Amino acid sequence: MIRVQGLQKRFAAQPVLRGVDLDIATGEIMVVIGRSGGGKSVLLKHLIGLLRPDAGTVAVDGTEITRLRGRDLDRVRERYGVVFQGGALFDSMSVFDNVAFPLREKSRFGAAEIRERVEEKLEQVGLAGMGHKNPAEISGGMRKRVAIARALVTEPEIVFFDEPTTGLDPILVNTIHHLIMELHRKFRFTAVMVSHEIPEIFEIADRVAMLHEGVIVEVGPPDAVRASENPIVQHFIRGEVEDVPADHQR
Amino acid sequence: MFSSSTPDLWPVALRPVAALGRLSLEVVEALGRFGLFLAQAIGSAVTPPFKLGRLLDRIHFIGFRSLTIVVLTGAFTGMVLGLQVFLTLSRFGSEAYLGPAVALSLIRELGPVLCAVFVTGLAGSALTAEIGIMKITEQIDALHVMALSPTRYLVVPALVAGLITFPLMVSIFDVVGIFGGYLVGVELLGLSPGTYFGEMKTFVDWSDLMTGYWKALSFGLIVPWVCTYKGFNCGHGAAGVARATTQAVVLSSVLILVWDYFLGSVLP
Repeated sequence: MIRVQGLQKRFAAQPVLRGVDLDIATGEIMVVIGRSGGGKSVLLKHLIGLLRPDAGTVAVDGTEITRLRGRDLDRVRERYGVVFQGGALFDSMSVFDNVAFPLREKSRFGAAEIRERVEEKLEQVGLAGMGHKNPAEISGGMRKRVAIARALVTEPEIVFFDEPTTGLDPILVNTIHHLIMELHRKFRFTAVMVSHEIPEIFEIADRVAMLHEGVIVEVGPPDAVRASENPIVQHFIRGEVEDVPADHQR
Repeated sequence: MFSSSTPDLWPVALRPVAALGRLSLEVVEALGRFGLFLAQAIGSAVTPPFKLGRLLDRIHFIGFRSLTIVVLTGAFTGMVLGLQVFLTLSRFGSEAYLGPAVALSLIRELGPVLCAVFVTGLAGSALTAEIGIMKITEQIDALHVMALSPTRYLVVPALVAGLITFPLMVSIFDVVGIFGGYLVGVELLGLSPGTYFGEMKTFVDWSDLMTGYWKALSFGLIVPWVCTYKGFNCGHGAAGVARATTQAVVLSSVLILVWDYFLGSVLP
């Protein structure tokens, strides 16, 4: 379980997170929604340990990670898989080498075992036979799938997805979402996804949390969030632009 | 009373002092980060796992890919030296000393300095740009979350490759430069080959060679250190990478000249 309590972060004079409280249960798909620039990716970077908060804590199965450094933090990260917004594939390596990279560096598997696992993962994301290509030679949707394969190849317990479908066409968005659902059903990892693909994410989330101006304003199952009376949530879901009264912001 | 966090409220007369203080703190902080960056890299370099594959790749990246420019610039540096020194020496009737003059200039000064500056422009700038792009496309974050050290993968191999390749490239630069001087002095201007090389043996000794090699070795540390540091600390987007690349080349070149003067004054 991941427990976020009172998380605060500001960059220069700009507060981005203003006290985020969120519990993510083991094995669930938690989708964090919210407007662009609302701090979703910053929250995710705190969960991964790439940013340190000004105040508050992030605990993973009881281990407070915001104070960890070096080997101790690496031990927690070894349980993670992360799909970055742009894929973050190593452009000096082929697709195969990208997916194989974490296994080569962190496992004791031999070359044959690594090949087998990488080819299996590439097949699961629909990219069988594409291993020899370079990331620059494949489409945006394929790059996202390679990133998913790389994040899952070590069979992590917790997978973070940072806007895995941004910039893709609606068909590819659904393809990626179904892929994530299918892989989640198979491997039962805990998934934390940042997205603003409304309404598609309601189909795949176990729970949805809405982050608005640095705080979680709504959290619950997709149907409950959809039916929320909070005008901020309703405006976001409907894509409306009206101002929201200040007393609804928390 | 006034708060230190609100400099706008400070008396006008004190504001320049406050600005100077802030600037000094920023400079000291930046130097501290710069030094810490190297200390971390040295710490990673002496502890396993060692990334031999990455080291070979960086030797190719910094050394092998710079060979053409090293040979080309070495040859023309030697030829220019041969021509100018010959014309100067001929005024005193001392053309016989062309060989040692060219060799000493190249081995002690021009070889290490020019070679380092050209390699900075070629490989150093590419190193900064590559790491900068990795940073802005989250590839360095990806290494972090895989529980792998970006310092071990990106900085240590570049530093070790610099230490290995710079002395080798300087050797090539020196040899090619000396033959460039030979081409002009002997083949074009009529000096005898025996005089050119014979006097060289008399005047160039081991301490000259070692001076050149110590310089090459230290530049082999400075250039990858500055260029990887600038890549790791680049700003946002393409503009940030471009700025970091320019800064890396300028800072490396300045440090090469400053360090060259310092070594030149302490080494025999």
